[in-house]
Amino acid sequence: MTIIVFSLIILAGSFLAGLVGSLTGLGGGVIIIPMLTLIFHVDIHYAIGASLISVIATSSGAAAAYVKEGISNIRIGMFLEIATTLGAVSGAVLAIYAPTHIIAIIFGIVLIFSATLSLKKRNEVLVQTEAGKFSKIFKLNSSYPTANGSIHYNVHHVFGGFLMMIVAGIISGLLGIGSGALKVIAMDNIMKLPFKVSTTTSNFMIGVTAAASAGIYLHRGYINPGLSMPVVLGVVAGAFFGSRVLVKSETKWLRILFAIVITFLAMQMIYNGISGNL
Amino acid sequence: MNTKNKITDYDIESVMGTLLITGVIISGVVVLFGGMVYLYQMGSSLPHYKTFRGEPTDLRSVKQIFSGVIHFDSLAIIQLGLLLLIATPIARVIFSVVGFLAEKDYFYVVISLLVLAIIGFSILNVGAG
Repeated sequence: MTIIVFSLIILAGSFLAGLVGSLTGLGGGVIIIPMLTLIFHVDIHYAIGASLISVIATSSGAAAAYVKEGISNIRIGMFLEIATTLGAVSGAVLAIYAPTHIIAIIFGIVLIFSATLSLKKRNEVLVQTEAGKFSKIFKLNSSYPTANGSIHYNVHHVFGGFLMMIVAGIISGLLGIGSGALKVIAMDNIMKLPFKVSTTTSNFMIGVTAAASAGIYLHRGYINPGLSMPVVLGVVAGAFFGSRVLVKSETKWLRILFAIVITFLAMQMIYNGISGNL
Repeated sequence: MNTKNKITDYDIESVMGTLLITGVIISGVVVLFGGMVYLYQMGSSLPHYKTFRGEPTDLRSVKQIFSGVIHFDSLAIIQLGLLLLIATPIARVIFSVVGFLAEKDYFYVVISLLVLAIIGFSILNVGAG
């Protein structure tokens, strides 16, 4: 197989990963890494490096659209980015020293967890109680525009959310994924943010988090240009196509199908990790 | 300060959106250009699978990348595009510092600087040895 054939296959696979990732909200990384490691036998560190780059690209592209709608909360985003970047740097350093098969096993477990979460129906009813002390100190309470006017919301359990974000950051740096699922848990379930605010703010934070770990991967030589080029171009094109062209299509069956595919990939990663093939 | 000139979160977010999309487009064009040169020059040779299996790339610092770009090394051009992509969210954080300063929200100026310091730690390679 020549470089041009190899690059075109990776490009096509990444396009598909970006497309499905954007439709299901899980991101391209969860498909990219198993594809590169299981099919092309790429070292998982290079796969993570390439995936991180594509995560930055898709998150920045999507955030550009979101921030203009004024829904994302830039203060919550910035405040929690302290947690995610701290986690991301630790995760990336861990990944450099962790054995490949251990990373593969952790990846598989996180993948199954994310797939399960993607099927769960999210609570779209806003439950509002008195804001906590910290959310006032950090000026996190805000409002967001809807068709029926501006809706005010209070933020809860700032400390718990912050801790969960450190975990999300570690996972992101260790595995090269956006770990949007964990960020959403932190904001939806712990901090009780409205559905729309948490989705857009999470997306907003993913790029900064990934950039924090990408620096370490770059210095260690794990950002390979020949491999990252088709991955990033493919994922971005796929995500763009998914968000603009297919946005109105029914995604419920797609989510279920994707969850099954991901679970299968996850088991492959765990199996290969345990048997030492990766 | 009157309300007309007051800088709001919305203004900051609007500029941020433009900044992000510009960063992604510019880096995408650079990666695509480098990729086309790369495939034109080496497309028919066999990929060094070994490079993807534990042999780190030479293009790991800004200095190495720029010296490669000057010599029109296609891989260095791709790497420059990837570097611009990594820089995009960082530019956003830098811009937040400026935005919060303009809003006179000094508390969030400090928070943004803290985030910047953590990313700087990663980029300047203090931790990875």
